Amino acid sequence: MREFKGRVVTPGETKAKAVVSHVGFNTLASLQKPLQFGDKTAKCGDQNNPDLYGKPIAGKALCLPQTIGSTTGGMVLYCACAMERQPACMLFANHIDSLAAAGAILADVGLENVSMPVIDCLGEEFLSYVKDGMTISVKEDGVVVVE
Amino acid sequence: MMKLTEEQQAILDGAQGETLAKVMKTLVMFGEAFGAEKMVPVTSEYNHLVTSFGLKLLGPVYELMDQLLEAGAPSKQKFSVDPRPLDPNVPANFLQKVIFNHFMYSKQDFYEEQLQKLGLMDKDAFTCTCYMDEVGNKPKKGEVLSWAESSAVVYANSVLGARCNRNSGIMDIMGSVVGFVPYFGLLTDEGRKASWIVEIKTEKKPEAQLLGSAIGMKVMEDVPYVKGLDKWLGTELDDAACTYLKDFGAATASNGAVGLYHIENLTPEAKESGETLIKEDAKVYVIDDAELERVKSNYPVIWKDKDATPKLCFMGCPHMSLQQLKDWTERVEAGLKESGNSKVVIPTVFTASPAVLAEFEKTDFAARLKATGVITSYICPLMYMNNPLSAKMPVITSSNKLRTYTSARYYTDDEILAQITKGGR
Repeated sequence: MREFKGRVVTPGETKAKAVVSHVGFNTLASLQKPLQFGDKTAKCGDQNNPDLYGKPIAGKALCLPQTIGSTTGGMVLYCACAMERQPACMLFANHIDSLAAAGAILADVGLENVSMPVIDCLGEEFLSYVKDGMTISVKEDGVVVVE
Repeated sequence: MMKLTEEQQAILDGAQGETLAKVMKTLVMFGEAFGAEKMVPVTSEYNHLVTSFGLKLLGPVYELMDQLLEAGAPSKQKFSVDPRPLDPNVPANFLQKVIFNHFMYSKQDFYEEQLQKLGLMDKDAFTCTCYMDEVGNKPKKGEVLSWAESSAVVYANSVLGARCNRNSGIMDIMGSVVGFVPYFGLLTDEGRKASWIVEIKTEKKPEAQLLGSAIGMKVMEDVPYVKGLDKWLGTELDDAACTYLKDFGAATASNGAVGLYHIENLTPEAKESGETLIKEDAKVYVIDDAELERVKSNYPVIWKDKDATPKLCFMGCPHMSLQQLKDWTERVEAGLKESGNSKVVIPTVFTASPAVLAEFEKTDFAARLKATGVITSYICPLMYMNNPLSAKMPVITSSNKLRTYTSARYYTDDEILAQITKGGR
């Protein structure tokens, strides 16, 4: 078990199994098809992401360096939250990027009863340590426990 | 903590209603996530929005737009918006038409009405290349924008010298509705400095899409300072250089998250400030022909039958320029002459903005291109491709952006020309 401390972008507590991307998470490429065609598990549709392609993302602790790609990204993430197919939390090794921040904050301000804690600046070591299937606990103060 | 002006604080406190208070709260939280200490006025004449499609899945977005309209809060600026997802000119079978019109884009008319009410600058202002002269949404150097659309943002920052962060859809209109955006990142002098030096050492002019793709994958969201590209593009931002940078930039922004690049001796800030734009601890990435070949060969091909004969070719993601349409007319004519064919052998669609297509129609090139069998359209090829039926079609393209988001297969411009004029794989 290890503990990491990051910065809270949007608050909340959760416990979920990890899915890990070591490359930039392309939100549009990953989520558009599952959201469009009724896949409640939100299997990643990004052919360029060897870590996540085909894996379910909804309800998982999504561990990533940052998001990349189309500026629809934040909006797609917001829609995933509105449709309750979002990750349980998003845990960024790097500083959060503008698109992911937009999606998370839009959901936090605009949607009632939807929670997706987002923590950033967890460091490269976090991403080297965490593996698919590990159990992640996120605390209100930005502490992330990996076991 | 962000310091707000009295006007901004009043909006946040609800003086203009609950909806605008939420908009301001969202922008403030967004800025604070990046250490912004203030909001600055949006100074461009027009805005540009990324959401152009009435997709059923985007219901929550249309609800937000409705809330803005109900709150009497149209955009303070007129705006252009990304390309339409539908065009009857583009070949589609019966099933595709049913899926497009009755399932995927069933909200298109409704959403276009919303856009008109919110401030669409013209009923046909649908394109990802709003900065083309024919469209008329071309910001000036130093202007502050609230734009989204990754390829347009990176072009506006890099080629035009405007200042814009990589805003998400919805954030784009929120900044325009209140007239302010948080001051951080690419809006600041420090945020526009390069943390990568990219050295181009190729023996031939690098393919724009491959070069952009390689750089995007390497630098992610950082700012690259590119040396050695002026050898191939020259030192003036003429039509050919701007077209190259349009396609190059789109690839940096879709395979990475680049919002600004500097090209030594060519782009405005690099010309003005040179190497003072490079941070002290900048990393170096050397690109030669072998590196570009490595990048290309690593592109996954997700066609079920990798040897399938292409059924459709899309060119123009981002939308083509007027000069690009003219140049490609000549290239297709020459290719057909060489092969002895009278028309293209793969159904081929060239996409451009409605305004550019209208200008193209005034030239004799339009009839010449039509004679080759190539179809022109204002469609967004990406939106055409994003459904299970189109995804199963073997579609080819020289757009790295289209390749990134769909099952379309990438070929270089020369390879595409050979395929559509001569056939074969």
